[in-house]
Amino acid sequence: MTGAGAVPDPATDAVTEEGRGPGAGTPRLVLEGVEKSFGPKQVLRGIDLRVSAHEVVCLIGPSGCGKSTLLRCINLLERIDAGRIVFEGEDISRPGVNANRIRRRMGIVFQAFNLFPHMTVLDNVTLGPRRALHQSRRDAETRTVELLERFGLADHAGEYPDRLSGGQQQRAAIVRSLIGDPELLLLDEVTSALDPELVGEVLSVIRDLARGGMTMVLATHEMGFARDVAHHIYFLHEGRVLESGPPEQLLSDPQQERTRQFLRRVIEAGRL
Amino acid sequence: MASETDVHAPSGATGSGPPPMPTRLGRWRSELGQEGAKGALIAFASTVLFLGLVAVLVLTSDSWPKVQQQFLDPEAFRESWPEVAGGFWLDVRMFLVAEVLILVFALGVAVIRSLRGPAFFPLRVLAVVYIDLFRGIPLLLVILLLGFGVPALDIGGVPRDPIFWGVTALVLSYSAYTAEVYRAGIESVHESQRASALSLGLTQWQALRYAILPQAVRNVVPALLNGLVSLQKDVALVSVLGIREAVREAEIYTARTFNYTSFIAATVLFLLASIPVARFTDWYSRRDRARRSQAML
Repeated sequence: MTGAGAVPDPATDAVTEEGRGPGAGTPRLVLEGVEKSFGPKQVLRGIDLRVSAHEVVCLIGPSGCGKSTLLRCINLLERIDAGRIVFEGEDISRPGVNANRIRRRMGIVFQAFNLFPHMTVLDNVTLGPRRALHQSRRDAETRTVELLERFGLADHAGEYPDRLSGGQQQRAAIVRSLIGDPELLLLDEVTSALDPELVGEVLSVIRDLARGGMTMVLATHEMGFARDVAHHIYFLHEGRVLESGPPEQLLSDPQQERTRQFLRRVIEAGRL
Repeated sequence: MASETDVHAPSGATGSGPPPMPTRLGRWRSELGQEGAKGALIAFASTVLFLGLVAVLVLTSDSWPKVQQQFLDPEAFRESWPEVAGGFWLDVRMFLVAEVLILVFALGVAVIRSLRGPAFFPLRVLAVVYIDLFRGIPLLLVILLLGFGVPALDIGGVPRDPIFWGVTALVLSYSAYTAEVYRAGIESVHESQRASALSLGLTQWQALRYAILPQAVRNVVPALLNGLVSLQKDVALVSVLGIREAVREAEIYTARTFNYTSFIAATVLFLLASIPVARFTDWYSRRDRARRSQAML
């Protein structure tokens, strides 16, 4: 495919040994030459990406570089035009694949508008297990209450989302995405719509998940956070992976001029 | 669906309650301006003056006795009332049946129109054609076409009852509008809501049923209530089929006595039915707005 492999990545192999997550070597997710267009606009121009079990991968890059679209493609919310998405050894981008079955094994959290405003937090979280997995209300609720407790939301189980702060809402959305024990969690700029003082509580939840070994792909503008939590960072630009590597290398010693430019702007904005 | 759409169910321990709703008095006061008691006095005086002036002008005019006799004859009112009221009861029943069918059928059409995927293309086209067609034809014409035209075909097994065809015409015409109202509601729900529902492993249909539609319907309740007020009046159009509902009965009385008071009797009945709904719509929209602005705080 074009462009995707434009950056020779001499570090990858070495990094796989030390730098990358504990389960390196058994790829949970592999993207090969993924392309996606909306009408005449090509948003993804051949993306290659690899996520091992228990690895945290961050996607960074300017707005419109394709991060969100990529996550939506992985969750099969968008059909890709070319390339392959292999999840746990199964090509999930082939035609005729049962998207619901795949989605039950993944979680995704968006920037905003995650929770259903007409349902309590409890109902939001139990909706999936009850309707998609046909669990009884009791079973689903028992498990949900456990999870809400773990994330400090037990007191809010009976409340409607508009009664919660933005941070609590995003944490509840994360709990909802965890209820099905996903093998992969996709986070699409989950703190971008939050007031600055609420960002921390959401990031700390994600940090806990990373520590617990959750496999995650997250699109983020929080470079400091990416440096802390990511095992591997991909820099996307105009639908291509321009550069990738472990955080210390990519953020401190970027090889590409575009990456340097982007990081300079981020630093100017005070986000690194 | 009702239980899921009711956001006002008690929601556990909440520190601060909702801000107090403006009282009726407070609202009047605010409509009158900031002046309070003085403003109220001025408004009252000017209203009395205005109405009094109009009343004097009307009552002293030369033609007033004629108007009174033609439209406001108490005797004619009493005489025509039983027939007109009986006819109105038929209006009410036709309205209720039609409204229920409209709300259900239109929702179905709106859902079909919102279906995604190439497989549903023919269904979507069908829905669009139906909506365009019935929004474009005057209701009166639909009533005439179905009420006189279809029975005239004389096909075996097809009902000939004008009430059946009158109600059918109302349902077909109003559903086209109402489907568009529902569709606006469906489109007002943010795309992430659908994506969220799908990402939980729900099917397209489940996402619609549990996540999208409850919100969509709640968003368009004021518009739906508006349509309801409108239908309450338009039911009277089926009188052209000779159905003896309120307007038809009033017409019959007028034709017999050359006195139009029976029309006033019908007017009173229609107003009695529609004003409460109009007030309710107003009240509901205001409450809804208050709730939304509160949710944004």
